[in-house]
Amino acid sequence: MPSRTSERAPLRATAADALKIVIVGGLGVGKTTMVGAVSEIRPLSTEEVMTEAGVGIDDIRRVRGKATTTVAFDFGRITLTESKVLYLFGAPGQQRFWYVWDQLFSGSLGAVVLVDTRRLQDSWYSIDRLEHHRMPFVVAVNRFTDGPGVDAVRDALSLPPSVPLVDCDARLRHSCKDVLVTLLRHLTTWYAPAQETMS
Amino acid sequence: MRQRPVDDEAPDRLYMVTGGRTRADESTFDSVSLIVSECEPAPGMQSEHVKILRLTRRPTAVVELSAQLRLPVSVVKILLCDLLDTGRITVRHPSALRSADGPSPELLKEVLVALQNI
Repeated sequence: MPSRTSERAPLRATAADALKIVIVGGLGVGKTTMVGAVSEIRPLSTEEVMTEAGVGIDDIRRVRGKATTTVAFDFGRITLTESKVLYLFGAPGQQRFWYVWDQLFSGSLGAVVLVDTRRLQDSWYSIDRLEHHRMPFVVAVNRFTDGPGVDAVRDALSLPPSVPLVDCDARLRHSCKDVLVTLLRHLTTWYAPAQETMS
Repeated sequence: MRQRPVDDEAPDRLYMVTGGRTRADESTFDSVSLIVSECEPAPGMQSEHVKILRLTRRPTAVVELSAQLRLPVSVVKILLCDLLDTGRITVRHPSALRSADGPSPELLKEVLVALQNI
């Protein structure tokens, strides 16, 4: 078993291509738990400052009453092949976070929206923003308690049938792995070259 | 999780670290660009540059440097610009940035198979 202590576990010398998947969800929904369940390193935490590229100066003052603001996030990684490594980011879904989306997450393969059925409304904004950024996603319900079934959740979130919705337990590695596999299958369809309909 | 040291206690430190510069050319580094040092630290170098060169003896993503140095991602990018300009590091960019059409079917298949096997 690889060590998961605080000691650094460097990437292979052959690592050359890093990929990104973002796990979006409200506070306490289990993002960091999910990252930690599948990551080969203990999740790391860092932050980004909002730049002028992210928002106009007037907007920054409206958001925080000062000229800069920061967004904290955490992440882990999975070595996929000799050259490829996947970074998993846990990202808070609140409004100011989306100002740094382009700084941090442009080029992501896709996203997982992690949902707590007791606070479904927390997910509406994230889903709206992902659609705005044309970022493909799946929805994973972290099962804390017996709540509404997946069909009821789908209705409550107004999810189209094309968006996969699955149950998961963010504490369990195999469950989180299944969520990522569901996302990758969805991406295969999403990114498939559009069928030409030329007459 | 740490509480916003940038806001609460460290603006002077950030100013010192970056020499007052506020942003790097954003296009130079992605948040997961992998950085590799091409030389050992030299005497007299800025301490953050020394730390980066030590951390990147093996490929290390920009966000990992940010976490290790406890500096915001965009500040790390500014420091990396200095090291890149002087040839002390090389950068392995994410292939996703080179493809305007999104990831290829081959790449997605490779990731899917690898995830099934973790």
